[in-house]
Amino acid sequence: MTATATSWTFKKPSVLPGFGLTFGFTVFYLSIIILIPLAALLIRPWELGLEGVFNAATAPRVIAALKLSFGASLVAATINGIFGLLAAWVLVRYEFPGKRIIDALVDLPFALPTAVAGIALTTLYAPNGWFGQLLVPLGIKVAYTPLGVIVALTFIGLPFVVRSVQPVLADLEKEFEEAAATLGATRLQTFRRVVLPAVLPAWLTGIALAFARAVGEYGSVIFIAGNMPMISEIAPLLIVIKLEQFDYAGAAAVGSAMLAISFAMLLAINMLQAWARRR
Amino acid sequence: MSTRTYRPPTKDSPAVRWTLSLIAIAYVSLFLLTPLIAVFAEALRNGVEAFFAAIVEQDARSAIWLTLIVAAIAVPLNTLFGVAAAWSVAKFDFWGKNVLITLIDLPFSVSPVISGLVYVLLFGAQGYLGPWLDALGIKVIFTVTGLVLATVFVTFPFVARELIPLMQEQGTAEEEAALSLGASGWKMFWRVTLPNVRWGLLYGVLLCNARAMGEFGAVSVVSGHIRGLTNTMPLHVEILYNEYNFAAAFAVASLLAMLALVTLVLKSALEWRYGDEIAAAHRH
Repeated sequence: MTATATSWTFKKPSVLPGFGLTFGFTVFYLSIIILIPLAALLIRPWELGLEGVFNAATAPRVIAALKLSFGASLVAATINGIFGLLAAWVLVRYEFPGKRIIDALVDLPFALPTAVAGIALTTLYAPNGWFGQLLVPLGIKVAYTPLGVIVALTFIGLPFVVRSVQPVLADLEKEFEEAAATLGATRLQTFRRVVLPAVLPAWLTGIALAFARAVGEYGSVIFIAGNMPMISEIAPLLIVIKLEQFDYAGAAAVGSAMLAISFAMLLAINMLQAWARRR
Repeated sequence: MSTRTYRPPTKDSPAVRWTLSLIAIAYVSLFLLTPLIAVFAEALRNGVEAFFAAIVEQDARSAIWLTLIVAAIAVPLNTLFGVAAAWSVAKFDFWGKNVLITLIDLPFSVSPVISGLVYVLLFGAQGYLGPWLDALGIKVIFTVTGLVLATVFVTFPFVARELIPLMQEQGTAEEEAALSLGASGWKMFWRVTLPNVRWGLLYGVLLCNARAMGEFGAVSVVSGHIRGLTNTMPLHVEILYNEYNFAAAFAVASLLAMLALVTLVLKSALEWRYGDEIAAAHRH
């Protein structure tokens, strides 16, 4: 069990054993579970030909679904951006009864299965639900509308901003804020000029992560959305529908389009994190 | 002399503190606490007897069993992978390391539906390998194998991404010391490396398991929804809900919600008790 390829500069020499075995297994497992299946996704649509792929990806129903998925995700990420920053501030800086519980609860969307979240939110916002009863008389329909999609995506993306900003805020030296106060800045000025610039990369990273998660979300959305074509049908659901009609190439075309956009998001997130590290 | 107590300039006024705290509590309660309460309230709406009847019912029992089996295969596989990946990535320097880390994280940015779709495209009736496997009598899609594959895909990075930063932080000095004292590779791993990362490992396994048992989108695509055969708990919840059997749907859902609560409690306990022995990102 010795390391392989020590003569080539592929790997720096090390006395530790097991590189060949663990690296080989990692690459093998990654390839069969992730890379080869994803390659199948990217190859499949081309059996339709260039024009066919273009038509499949730009059909009005597909465009409407992509617009809804990305639009609702953007709104949800913005809501989480504002309230997540506020929640992170409160959880780091203030003390209040029940703080630990609130803090632990923030991770609920990571732990609660999405289907459970979906049916619970639908029950709450349905016309006869706890919130629906209050909102429907006001003319606000949430369940079975795009608004319901936004509610579900806000739920699913809630932890990202809080958890990205929290450690940065906790590590922020008090001295900077004290200096700002000594120089006559108000609390609001201090926040805007001192605290906000420091947490900005982490904040944007959190928003981007929440957005990326929301775009692909399926389980929590399909129950509350009502799934009306062109109105409240999300892109992942459209993939499922195409699969059920045995339109493999069409499903793969929508999937590839989503994947391409996700890759762009991943790249942006990595660049944000690199920026955060440099500061 | 003023009776007003001194407030440091970096501390917000009580009015600001209370307003912001209340908004934060309202935000978390509105979006997170109420759905959680609703699950249990709806589950018990028709009484305790109906609740238990829905859980011990034949299809529910086989869904629970199947969920446990799928997690029991997927979680150890990804744990093994996570340890191997973390060892090679964190303890060695090699060309293309950052690309490898990005690829390991990739499943987190892929829609769960796509995670299922890729296997249908490979192994489905019209998939690339489907007809060939069919001739050999091997079925993947609409079977437990498919469910396991889809679950492995979505839970792929959990253990690795916990261990990589932790093991990078710990460096290689202790392992080198063990080797110089004559320990074999395996002995070094069991006596030095593993004890150093055990809580981080447990943390990753915990999150991996929660996701494996709760996954819906990916398994929904490959399952075929065959009752009693390829229905995991989340899929059973969907079927019951779509049949307007709400009390039963929420009864099964409440089991999953309890799993989520147990996960959160254990996770918080790990962060609180062993904060300095798990990855830096979780210390708060």
